[in-house]
Amino acid sequence: MNGTAKTAPVLILTYGNPSRGDDALGPALYDLLETHQQKTGELAEVEVLTDFQLQIEHTVDLEQREYVLFVDASVSCAAPFEIHELQAERDDSFTTHAMSPASVLAVFKQVNHHEPPPAYLLTIRAYEFGLGRKMTEQAKANLELAFRYILAKPW
Amino acid sequence: MTSPLETAERPQDMKRIVIEPLTRVEGHGKVTLLQGKNRNIRQARLHITEFRGFEKFIQGRPYWELPVLVQRLCGICPVSHHLAAAKATDMIVGAGELTPTATKIRRLMHLGQTVQSHALHFFHLCSPDLLFGFDDDVQHRNITGVIEDFPDIARQGVLLRKFGQEVIRVTAGKRIHGTGAIPGGVNKSLSLDEIRYLQDDIARNIGWAQGALELLKNIISEHYEHHMQFGTIQSNMMSMVRDDGAFELYHGGLRAKAVNGDTIFDHVDYVNYNDYIRESVKDWSYMKFPFITSLGEEEGWYRVGPLARINNCDYMRMPLAETERQEFMALGNGLPVQSTMAYHWARLIELLYCTEAIAELLCDPDLVRKELRIQGNLQGSGTGVVEAPRGTLFHHYEIDERGIVEKASLIVSTTNNNQAMNESIRRVANQYLDGNRLNEALLNHVEVAIRAYDPCLSCATHAMGKMPMELNLVDASGELVDRLEKRVTGRIMRTI
Repeated sequence: MNGTAKTAPVLILTYGNPSRGDDALGPALYDLLETHQQKTGELAEVEVLTDFQLQIEHTVDLEQREYVLFVDASVSCAAPFEIHELQAERDDSFTTHAMSPASVLAVFKQVNHHEPPPAYLLTIRAYEFGLGRKMTEQAKANLELAFRYILAKPW
Repeated sequence: MTSPLETAERPQDMKRIVIEPLTRVEGHGKVTLLQGKNRNIRQARLHITEFRGFEKFIQGRPYWELPVLVQRLCGICPVSHHLAAAKATDMIVGAGELTPTATKIRRLMHLGQTVQSHALHFFHLCSPDLLFGFDDDVQHRNITGVIEDFPDIARQGVLLRKFGQEVIRVTAGKRIHGTGAIPGGVNKSLSLDEIRYLQDDIARNIGWAQGALELLKNIISEHYEHHMQFGTIQSNMMSMVRDDGAFELYHGGLRAKAVNGDTIFDHVDYVNYNDYIRESVKDWSYMKFPFITSLGEEEGWYRVGPLARINNCDYMRMPLAETERQEFMALGNGLPVQSTMAYHWARLIELLYCTEAIAELLCDPDLVRKELRIQGNLQGSGTGVVEAPRGTLFHHYEIDERGIVEKASLIVSTTNNNQAMNESIRRVANQYLDGNRLNEALLNHVEVAIRAYDPCLSCATHAMGKMPMELNLVDASGELVDRLEKRVTGRIMRTI
């Protein structure tokens, strides 16, 4: 199921629930990046995807990539955001409805029999995850800084 | 039919055992086992301790937003909520019967959702239970073990899941937050390129579904008696069927059968579901307990989902699945099959059905036609029901003159199975806990029983051997007697 379009070398995979307060940070970044691509034509080598949560099928999205950036909201990272390199790791999230990025990489490695592409996790500081809640002002500020960071990055 | 263990006499004389998940993602549950002086399990309760507030989330929104909005209730089966809400809003806009194109595109979307959900459950959630047995080493009995020992199965699971997601993307317009179904129809038809794209993989996927089913039958046949009796309870079954009694996932009447196979009600218009089903409340759980009104709370609880659907239907329209259904039904010797582990078998028959049905639908010329939407006169309320992967899903809305939702009522699939899951846990607890020292075997068996229902609870869907849980043994005076914790690494520790 690879479709017919050429695969962009860079994948930015955001995830979260848009209706659960600051959990919307990932999807909101997706919206910002998609709009920026459409308006400016920039980030041509980047494909941006979003989902509620990570799952096994996202290993297929990682195929033929040169670089992958996962984006999630986090209540435990430092504000405004953190970024760190990921390693394939067999953690608790295997076979759950919400896998970690590291476990997605591990499944990729095991079903494809080769190393996954270099991957990083960008966590944006979040504060509130209630169903139906709006994104907090602090989270919005952190989102803006994360967006600028991605735009400034030489892809 | 309610077990006498649920409300034990003289609970003050008993010890209380609590199995509590440590994380909460889509939901939060814990299991309490109340132990009598003779060390047998006298009470077992699956608590749902997170109040989700779905109805409040929906109230005050315009009805036309509902099909998109409700997808955000649950990241596990958003398409089921999307379609149930769309069907309810069809009624609200007075659409009556939709165009063939709209109906078939929605059916295709729903089949895709069921494929991806069932594929995930078998290949990656429950296959470690089945392939390695319940007592296999925890570190091996997880998806890593499956991938190492059965590499083709793991790969097939990934690609079948991906195929289902692609069907959703093509029909809903987007991978998530799709807008495909709208009040009165759909917002797009399919192109020939999209159809050919999906057709490329369908034969392979049918073959994989057949292979998975054969594998499952081989596993069960090796320990047939064990699988047939594990967590088995006697329950009524409820599901949707077509007018001719055929298996149905998207639209039909409601049918309920008793333990002895007798019909309780049949071809009920789901708009009137409130006349046939009621919900009771218990002070120890936020999740309600639906029951068939005519039978009452004690006798009227039921099961939904794959096991109920296969038991209830008269036949399946797809030939390969129908052959499998007949073999499955022979297990019951003329009665509904009641084994809890038979959920897995029924789920894979449905997976096969869905792949066959997708293949059939992709050849239908209506998919590319442009008659997409019907509208009539605005109504004050609407009800939509679908057979979600986990079972019957009810949505009901009432709106004001501006089209704003005043009242929303949902009965989600897992709620329909609430009492049944409690009953299965009781059965397992009675089989595997006898004494006052907790052990890993009990944790594993409780997990396996819950997971058979594929409930939408994070505790139940977490990794085999890694479902985060805390198991406490507390006597009636509140003193902690024993405690086991299952850490996120899957490691089990005694922490007292």
